Amino acid sequence: MELLTNQVLAGIATGAIYACMALAVVMIYQAIDHLNFAQGEMAMFSTFISWQLMQWGIPYWWAFLATLIISFAGGIMIERLLFKPLSKAPVLTNVAGFIALFAIVNSIAGLIWDFTIKQYPTPFGSSPFLGSQLISTHQAGMIGVTLLMLVGLYLFFQFTRIGLAMRAAAALPESARLVGVNTSWMIALGWGMASAIGAVAGILIAPVVFLEPNMMGGVLVYGFAAAVLGGLSSPLGAVIGGFLVGVFENLAGTYIPGVGNELKLPIALALIITVLVFKPAGLFGRAIVKRV
Amino acid sequence: MSAAAEDAVTEAPAVEAVPKRAMTLSTGTSLVILAALLVTPMFVKNFVVFQMTMVMIYGIAVLALNILTGGSGQFSLGQSAFYALGAYTSAVLMEVANMNYALTLPIAGLVAFGAGYLFGKPALRLSGIYLALATFALAVAMPQLLKLHFLEHWTGGVQGLTVMKPDAPFGLPIGQDKWLYYFTLAISLAIYIGSINLLRSRSGRAFMSIRDNEIAASAMGVDVAQYKTLAFGVSAGITGIAGGLSAIVVAFVAPDSYTINLAIALFLGMVVGGVGWLPGSFVGAAFIIFVPNIAESISKGLSGAVFGVLLFLVIFLVPHGARQVAMVAQHLLGKLTKKN
Repeated sequence: MELLTNQVLAGIATGAIYACMALAVVMIYQAIDHLNFAQGEMAMFSTFISWQLMQWGIPYWWAFLATLIISFAGGIMIERLLFKPLSKAPVLTNVAGFIALFAIVNSIAGLIWDFTIKQYPTPFGSSPFLGSQLISTHQAGMIGVTLLMLVGLYLFFQFTRIGLAMRAAAALPESARLVGVNTSWMIALGWGMASAIGAVAGILIAPVVFLEPNMMGGVLVYGFAAAVLGGLSSPLGAVIGGFLVGVFENLAGTYIPGVGNELKLPIALALIITVLVFKPAGLFGRAIVKRV
Repeated sequence: MSAAAEDAVTEAPAVEAVPKRAMTLSTGTSLVILAALLVTPMFVKNFVVFQMTMVMIYGIAVLALNILTGGSGQFSLGQSAFYALGAYTSAVLMEVANMNYALTLPIAGLVAFGAGYLFGKPALRLSGIYLALATFALAVAMPQLLKLHFLEHWTGGVQGLTVMKPDAPFGLPIGQDKWLYYFTLAISLAIYIGSINLLRSRSGRAFMSIRDNEIAASAMGVDVAQYKTLAFGVSAGITGIAGGLSAIVVAFVAPDSYTINLAIALFLGMVVGGVGWLPGSFVGAAFIIFVPNIAESISKGLSGAVFGVLLFLVIFLVPHGARQVAMVAQHLLGKLTKKN
């Protein structure tokens, strides 16, 4: 029983990270109808920036804050420079663009910071949380920070003018434009926020998977799995999907014989395909009806 | 009814249409290129011959992706998985079952075809971005599948397998590299001609009608699901043959040679060569083989950045890739000769 509780809690902790990645993916998908294959690499790059800031002697939380701002600006810049001109291009061109971004970010990170694996600090420590053996303080911190961010995002989208405008721009761009919402900048804002959310995910998971240019590959695939499970059209679904996938991953790894660390990615693949085959809209998404 | 309940999606096709005639080169040009390919190995070093062989092998794999994307309008970011499957099939058959290398290729193709067909079955319910997502996950997961513990007896696990490089048959007086070059050339030629004929056939027309407008195609009686799966299977099968060839030529297979980076490279090759232009596949393949070498010589680890930047340049400046360049060149040449 203790093993089960332990694994579920650990699953919720990693699930928090998947939820962040899924949320970032869904935010961009909502805005421009494309999946950002470079989301993981962008998060990795942000994490490296925070590491660099800490190397220069800036304390953890200041570096954290600075990284969020830099990532936010970076996300907006990427959208303005690279993807706004592609907004009318065919899907293929957009996929090519994301793939290109993936390759560039990965390679530049390797160029600047090397491909060697680096330790990443945690401000929470890794002692048992509140004296219980079930969960470490870092895992509790991962869950805490994620929940705080989610509540913040929820308040932002529900109770601010800009949040409302962003929702309008994503749901019905034409009508939003008619009532005076600058939809183009709302998309850029969405990119910036997705990039910052990804940065949080990267910074929180870095002490677990260690810092290196390929650290987010597996996390992104699980983020995709979470987004697909929750429904690509539902941010709340993506978050719930993230936690579910995290728990599922840990339980499968513990209880299904033969599935250890070495089958982590194939499990995500199987999950994605199962959901797409049996419930393509995901648990919380709405099915898209096409008018011919 | 509220407007939000129904998204009116008036979508442009995912891939721009390519007229059938524009998919190939004229017979004269093709023969000249073939002749050049036949004589070049006599004059260059073995390493260059090896590189040219690799260009043809990647060319076959890019061609396969081109049939899928340029032909039927579907995406795949998972071609590396089928390439790996073909390579491992060939390698295992040669090393464990002691089979003749040439005989392993059709089997590699069939295995990959089967895997592609089965993967395409659920995938046919997915369109555009979802298919890209599923294949992306496949490509990321493939190296782990190849490292599986209970397959280690055949696949050699993380270490991979070393394969014997075959000698030229019938005591022909040419080296291994040159023999494999001609062997690969013959197979590339067969696959190239076969692919052109496939796209000109009834099935090819069905592919293209799906690419241009799925609903119109099904209204005309095209079995959309069937042809989409078939396109996926054929593409995977040809990629498998390319993978098998690579196992023979490189004489080594290992899980980490078939990561998502290979899939990205193949995708890049297709975009650079021009989506839907079959000869461009080989131009794209040359690009993905030689450009990283140049980039690495400038700085190690730079090849990804160079790939990415060039890919952006291509989609912004020459969205039709090498086909566009060839057409512009032809146009200019025509103008020049007219003036004189």
